[in-house]
Amino acid sequence: MNINPIIEVRDVYKSFKDVKAVKGINFTVGEGQFMALLGPNGAGKTTMVEMIEGIQKPDTGKILIDGKNWKDNKEEIHPIIGLSLQETRFIDKLNVRETLMLFASFYGLDSFRVNEVIDIVGLEEKRKAYVVNLSGGQRQRLALGIALLNKPRVLLLDEPTTGLDPNARREVWSILGKLKKESKTSLILTTHYMEEAEQLCDYIIIMDHGKILKEGTLDQLFTDEKGKKVVEFTLKQLSVRCEMFKNQCPFTITWNEELNRGILELSELDKELPVFFEYIKSKGLELDDLVTRRVTLDDLFISLTGRHLND
Amino acid sequence: MTDIYRYKQLWQLIIAHVKEMVREPGVLFWGIIFPIFMSLGLGVAFTTQADTVRKVPIIETYSQSIIDSMLIKGGAIKGLMDKEGGTLYTLTIKNNKLGNSIFHFYKMDENEAMIALKRGIVNVILDQPDDKPRFRFDPSNPDAQLTYLKLTKIFKNSSHININENGDILPLTITGTRYIDFLIPGLLAMGIMMSTMWGLSYGMIEKRSKKLLRRMVATRMKKSYFLVSLITVRFAMNFIEAALLILFAWLVFHITIQGSITALFLVFIASNIAFSGLAVLISCRTAKTEIGNGLINVVVMPMMLLSGIFFSYHNYPNSLVPILQKLPLTLVADAMRSIFIEGAGVVQVIIPTLMLTVGGVTTFIIGMKFFRWY
Repeated sequence: MNINPIIEVRDVYKSFKDVKAVKGINFTVGEGQFMALLGPNGAGKTTMVEMIEGIQKPDTGKILIDGKNWKDNKEEIHPIIGLSLQETRFIDKLNVRETLMLFASFYGLDSFRVNEVIDIVGLEEKRKAYVVNLSGGQRQRLALGIALLNKPRVLLLDEPTTGLDPNARREVWSILGKLKKESKTSLILTTHYMEEAEQLCDYIIIMDHGKILKEGTLDQLFTDEKGKKVVEFTLKQLSVRCEMFKNQCPFTITWNEELNRGILELSELDKELPVFFEYIKSKGLELDDLVTRRVTLDDLFISLTGRHLND
Repeated sequence: MTDIYRYKQLWQLIIAHVKEMVREPGVLFWGIIFPIFMSLGLGVAFTTQADTVRKVPIIETYSQSIIDSMLIKGGAIKGLMDKEGGTLYTLTIKNNKLGNSIFHFYKMDENEAMIALKRGIVNVILDQPDDKPRFRFDPSNPDAQLTYLKLTKIFKNSSHININENGDILPLTITGTRYIDFLIPGLLAMGIMMSTMWGLSYGMIEKRSKKLLRRMVATRMKKSYFLVSLITVRFAMNFIEAALLILFAWLVFHITIQGSITALFLVFIASNIAFSGLAVLISCRTAKTEIGNGLINVVVMPMMLLSGIFFSYHNYPNSLVPILQKLPLTLVADAMRSIFIEGAGVVQVIIPTLMLTVGGVTTFIIGMKFFRWY
């Protein structure tokens, strides 16, 4: 963990009526560190981030930003934070520049910074376009621009690319990647896209049901998975049942009957793959397609919870 | 696409919309239950055969009263009570189907009668320049027409005098006595109410529903500035709307402001404060525009019906009138009418101005106490 912690979360709990949204979370984010809270919907990511943003108050536990709590230090914390909520619709009939000017006024910033931000988020051509006429990706870049207006030391982005197409998502990643290189801003990003966490963040916390399941750098998370490869295959035969792969199978195969697709993990591809081919043949089955890939965060999440990140 | 498939799709869409509505209790209440309550309230108010009270001034310049004798012959009871020295006749026309019409006749001098007419307390003035009663009213006022028709019926039944339907009417066309003179200040008041209530309440609820309010507050926006800016813009819009309406009324109907411009401005500011406070109070919690619609209507509609914008609230039962006079819209409309038609100054409107201001500030404070920013 970095030497200068900018965000410290200690033993935080939060409930809404009967729902325990966050159950004893601890983590620290260092200066300049990009951290992802990765988990499926309902994992408690948004609640956690909203507590850091000061929008929600924890039931118990402590949240410090630059060593200060929200209760007594609102005036000091607000100026160093930039944030983007999960879903915000801005004023439809304001254009991009006017929207940024409005939010810039909350920080006492002038049009010079607004123009800078328009360049940073790549909305130069859309500066006079009404918000209502922007695409999903452009709106998200506008939201990101608003979050960056005050050159925040702490950037909190709640699912900034959810619902965006791959191109728009990559555009947001590129802006954040540049920010990482050029500034000392720390980032907490919530996402259920593993690629996003992998691409942008140097520390990842995997959450589910309000708890941390596993955390660390990508290397740390995959220590146990080193050298492992995932094999995904489909068969020419249709309607193959799960039971087919349960008796005397030398591998642990997860078979999806709906997709007619199987997944297994292999440690030594060159030795184990021929065995797998033999096994398939022995069952009277024929491979239709087969791909091998490295282990992903989604595979890790499945191994921890039995579910996909996007479930 | 086969017919069955198409109908199935239609059916599923209907089911989805029904579920969407039924599963949102607030929407259900304001969309279904509230209109039932509303129709119940209005139904009771307008379908029960309540007595309609009409007040008619008789100008006391005649010596030999033909009107007096006609009224007595028609069944009027004389001297039931005295009102500021004037003798009062009361005449009741019974009608099981239409409801009873009760006429109160006052003796007034010309000046008193004109003030009562300008305030909407009366809509027909009776006098007797020769040997026949004469009816003075604005023919474009439908309520005055009804009073006239009922009165002529009484007189025709009670005497041999031939009431000439045209010749015995003296149309009131002098500025200040016409129906339009009564209507314009009321419309001005209603415009301020509608614009403020819908503009502010709906604006706040919509921003809350879009989570924009949450976003702005999370970005260090000063909450007080947000409200002050919204109210200032609404105030400016109301000012322009009111100025245009006054200009239009002057150009087309030759309506002028008889009283003090300062007084009018004070009432205008107080009315903005009053309705802004109410708007903040009713929009302080909900994030659903459907619920907002219902809440705004529950405040706005009764005032539109009861505050005497189109027809005088003096036609409602006497016991209700003091309550109706305290409604914010009534206070604004009455104060504006007194300035426009009667030439009132600051002193005459100071009480309604204070009542509106205090009411507005109080509702604003309560609204802010419960206001949901997140």
